[in-house]
Amino acid sequence: MEVFDNLWLGVQVAFSWQNFFYCLVGVLLGTLIGVLPGIGPVPTIAMLLPITFNLDPIAALIMLSGIYYGSQYGGSTTAILVNLPGEAASVVTVLDGHQMARQGRAGPALAIAAIGSFFAGCVATLVIATAAPPLAEVALKFGPAEYFSLMVLGLVAATVLAHGSLLKAIAMVVLGLLLGLIGTDVNSGVLRFTFEVPDLADGIGFVIVAMGMFGVTEIVANLEQKGEREVFLGKVKHLFPSKEDLKRSWAPILRGTALGSFLGILPGGGALLSSFAAYTVEKKVSKHPEQFGKGAIEGVAGPESANNAGAQTSFIPMLTLGIPGNAVMALMIGALMIQGIAPGPQVMTDKPQLFWGLIASMWLGNAMLVILNLPLIGIWIKLLQVPYRFLFPSILIFMNVGVFSLSNNPWDCLMMTVFGVFGYVCVKLECEPAPLILGFILGPLMEENLRRAMLLSRGDATVFFNPVDKPISFSFLLAALALLAVIALPNIRKKREEVFVEE
Amino acid sequence: MRIRSPRDFWAGVMFIAFGAFFVAWSFTHYAMGSALRMGPGYFPALLGGLLVFLGLLVMAKALALDGPKIAAFHFRPLLLVSLSVVAYGYLMKPGGLAVATIAAVFIGALAGHEFKWKEVAVVALVLVIFSWLVFVRGLTLPFPMCPQFIDNCPIR
Repeated sequence: MEVFDNLWLGVQVAFSWQNFFYCLVGVLLGTLIGVLPGIGPVPTIAMLLPITFNLDPIAALIMLSGIYYGSQYGGSTTAILVNLPGEAASVVTVLDGHQMARQGRAGPALAIAAIGSFFAGCVATLVIATAAPPLAEVALKFGPAEYFSLMVLGLVAATVLAHGSLLKAIAMVVLGLLLGLIGTDVNSGVLRFTFEVPDLADGIGFVIVAMGMFGVTEIVANLEQKGEREVFLGKVKHLFPSKEDLKRSWAPILRGTALGSFLGILPGGGALLSSFAAYTVEKKVSKHPEQFGKGAIEGVAGPESANNAGAQTSFIPMLTLGIPGNAVMALMIGALMIQGIAPGPQVMTDKPQLFWGLIASMWLGNAMLVILNLPLIGIWIKLLQVPYRFLFPSILIFMNVGVFSLSNNPWDCLMMTVFGVFGYVCVKLECEPAPLILGFILGPLMEENLRRAMLLSRGDATVFFNPVDKPISFSFLLAALALLAVIALPNIRKKREEVFVEE
Repeated sequence: MRIRSPRDFWAGVMFIAFGAFFVAWSFTHYAMGSALRMGPGYFPALLGGLLVFLGLLVMAKALALDGPKIAAFHFRPLLLVSLSVVAYGYLMKPGGLAVATIAAVFIGALAGHEFKWKEVAVVALVLVIFSWLVFVRGLTLPFPMCPQFIDNCPIR
């Protein structure tokens, strides 16, 4: 089996002492920062990204993905112990997880979350290993027209599956695309929208945008709210779930894994959508739905498995097509580009060590999470008991260090502030920042492919939707259009809203 | 005409403003080229136009359907947190890591609900030592440790 040969190669890469070390550091740092309330995976990754610049690409990617699932896991820990999700994907975990903690069952809740996540992670790793190669093979045949249409489809799908107003999300994507164009135009060398500011010649760093709109904004939004958080103060006793718990959990873990693996692949999918969907499903199939929201272990097991599976399979479109499905993957693409690797299907063939090493490290990282985190829970609880008035200045300093270390330029701090203020305005106007980041990363790529496609077709714009010449591009655009049409139907729109308001 | 959903209305205004700006600036400053050979102004003008159109849709919806008001802005935390970040960036070179960190922590802490200067001083001190050990010594980030007027910084 070729898959196993490839995985074996990956295992050899991932288990080299150097990569093993970076995976461990990534998982630990990710959990450490992910545990902090209000800091989700996006600012965590953005904050720690500069540390990886000097590493070789394989180590950098392994560490970053470690940070990703570490912070995801940390968010769940916070959700269970504090009545406040560490990040959006853990929102549903709060509902039953925190209730369990209140009933003195924090231990089993944390353990089930860990076991479910680990199982889901293992399955998702296999899904990536089997699904990615054929997809990359197809993608290798894509020309600029196909790529442009694929990006359109990806961006549309990402907004459809995201929550909030569809129209505003699409507008945010377009605004992101525009902001991504700031800087030197690669084709003509013209400086665009730089307003004679030399610091803008290279454009605005995506780390700065992400940290401003997700990090700074989040801190200000948290400071708005009065009152202290409700922290679980007791000791976590008997960590291990009872037989009864396991009996009730295995089916939700399986369902959550399947659902998450599938939803993660879709653009706009990933951890957030998966966990919401899994919770809805568990509540629907349960024999006693009245227990949900009052500490039903199924409400922890399902969503936690789903969000980990979804987090992992969302790597598939990123690795094979070079198209990010969510904001975290947009950061990963940015990290690849900083390492001098053009994202796309050729990554797998040109850099098999990177590709398979990363996949194997995902399994490794998931194992580390279980082994490390259950004993470390005491430390996370201590950390959570630190009042926010000590935490937020520290988070601010870490973000500052991250941004300043990009190029030792105070301008970057200023830009982060600008995007922080802009992000705050967006929060008030209920415009989601995630679509903007997607557009921001894809802006230059989209323009490049549009230009090339038009050059190849001699200025004939029908090249994108000519069903005879370019059936693939045509079907991508058709799918994008169909998605938009479908979502406009009142019934489906209502359903979409329901999925995200599920309480 | 009545604004039924202020939040969406102003979101629409924001999109229109951004879009209109990108269109106008592209047309006045950059070559458009043709569809065959796109100049640097082509794609931004196209996107800017699309953004104006989307902004108009958002705005039209806000006039037709009821929606929530805009939640109150809290300028104090916004201003102080922003100032804290800017202070860190611009004090780093002239003042060194310690000065930048201490200034950023104090300004930032003012944004919180309660400010006890002894507590804040401890947090600032801990963060200076932590930054020095982890970022400067550990990760070898080239941050200046001393203020600029000291020529040969003894700390490294």
